[in-house]
Amino acid sequence: MQGRGLVHFILRRLAVALPLLLIISLGVFALIHLAPGDPARALLGSRPSDPATLAAIREQYHLNDPFIVQYGIWLWHALQGDFGRSIQGGQLVMSAIRQRLGVTIYLGIVSAIIVLGLGIVLGMIAAFRRGSRLDRAVVMVGVLGVSSPSFVIGIFLLYLFGVVLGWFPTFGAGRGFLDRFWHLTLPSLALALSVMAITVKITRASMIEELDKDYVTFARARGLSVARITLAYVLRNALIPVVTAAGLIIVGLVANAIYVEVTFALPGIGSLTVAAVQKRDIPMIQGTTVLLSAFIILLNLLIDMIYTLIDPRIRFGRVAS
Amino acid sequence: MTLPVVIREKAAARRRFLPFGILLAMILVAIVVACAILPSVIAPGDPATQRLLIGDRPPSAEFWAGTDLLGRDALSRTIHGARTALVGPVIIAASAFAIATLLGLLAGYLGGAVDSAIMRWVDFMLALPGPLVAIVVVGVVGGGYWTAVVVLVVLFTAPDTRIVRSAVLEQRPLPYIDAARSLGIAKSRILFVHILPNILPIVLAYVVLDFAFALVNLAGLSFLGLGVEPGTPDWGRMLFENRNILFSNPVALLLPATMIILTAVSMNLIGDWLFERLTR
Repeated sequence: MQGRGLVHFILRRLAVALPLLLIISLGVFALIHLAPGDPARALLGSRPSDPATLAAIREQYHLNDPFIVQYGIWLWHALQGDFGRSIQGGQLVMSAIRQRLGVTIYLGIVSAIIVLGLGIVLGMIAAFRRGSRLDRAVVMVGVLGVSSPSFVIGIFLLYLFGVVLGWFPTFGAGRGFLDRFWHLTLPSLALALSVMAITVKITRASMIEELDKDYVTFARARGLSVARITLAYVLRNALIPVVTAAGLIIVGLVANAIYVEVTFALPGIGSLTVAAVQKRDIPMIQGTTVLLSAFIILLNLLIDMIYTLIDPRIRFGRVAS
Repeated sequence: MTLPVVIREKAAARRRFLPFGILLAMILVAIVVACAILPSVIAPGDPATQRLLIGDRPPSAEFWAGTDLLGRDALSRTIHGARTALVGPVIIAASAFAIATLLGLLAGYLGGAVDSAIMRWVDFMLALPGPLVAIVVVGVVGGGYWTAVVVLVVLFTAPDTRIVRSAVLEQRPLPYIDAARSLGIAKSRILFVHILPNILPIVLAYVVLDFAFALVNLAGLSFLGLGVEPGTPDWGRMLFENRNILFSNPVALLLPATMIILTAVSMNLIGDWLFERLTR
């Protein structure tokens, strides 16, 4: 019964995720035709244009075939990791992405740890000291975080720690593990601070709600220690809404990573995407966009599965989600 | 550490009619609105005048916020930038909620196939990585500021529809709806004359919150060089253009950056406060 419910749940989630990926890939492919002007010219980029080259490009990208055939061929190549070559310099899209993946992953993981770790702890403290000055300070920082985009936070951090104090470098990603850590401290902080507001706000609200419940009163009456009540009962229940918001947190991290990479001039996927967008380098945009979207959707799928493990009600289909 | 005893009424008693923080936020927004309406009156100089021989200088008696790489007055540019910072977000928040109110009313009240069609679309939109979509579409399609406004309206409509729909669903089982229906009042009249006024307070509070979010998003696109046209005085664009003068005249960056945060924080505080007041 339990196993079947889980399989059913995962299948249902896949039934949403796969069509979504397909629709996104269709949208990304259609970008060639969305760009103003002739797609062949757009794909030509800065290369000199003459009828022969244009015809060659039409042939190479199958632009003379019906739209759906073009899409099919493109998707087939994309599934094998082949997004063609950048129109700027002709580098393979996939190899450009591979070169820059490391910085983005590093940035994402460090920020995710801060967002979840510090965010949950701050939310808990605020909930415990509800109504106190500390609580109001945390809430205010939360409003500030929601209102401050990562690039604005980044600029303030750059100015304070890079220019005034001179503790951290103001651009680049560094070489080697320690140097990279030193270079990516400010970017990770800028990224984490703008996304952390979500975790703090949700943890605080759900923690306050849980602390109010009968089982907490009962556990106290039984004489259980505060640490035990908090960690074994309250936190487990209070974190469910945080997991629900995980999708929001992931999109927030990815989107803000793009801005942070541009702010700190880091060679990552985000700055690659922005540079490609600014130059209308369509194959490159297609590659990075498909990759980032697929990453977000698959991670969401994974979280949905974790979700069923911590909240049995969903496993048994009692909660409509 | 002891578990807190939660007293619900305590927080309510402390709530004043107009808290000091909200008053400050309103004054700040009023100043920004004034700058947006009459920038040339308020600004000390012309935002576009270039002084290439001066270049980027730190603040002085003549230019209070210094100058940028082209020698343009950063303070005047910031004051003129209030216009693009307000107009776009106002349009985005208002039109996204106008569309969302219509869709949400229909979905929530009619239910059935209409509801599931609208909500299927909402679920799809919410599953998209919105900020990435905005960057790519605005960048590839071109058109700058107004394309960005349209794309953000589309992206904002989905979550707003969900909010309106759940507000409508709360109203549906109430007796006044039954009364109106038993009187034989037309569906459209029930929707727009009976339900709409009851959900309007929630909508209003969310419009203000949406404004803050739209401001941050639009500034972000301009920061990437995708929003406003080059040369337009705009807070996001100033951050884009002045990134490299962080050492020579940091004020040209920090001033618009501060304005983005202050305006967004103020609108968020006002929105939260309205929400508390209007929904209790």
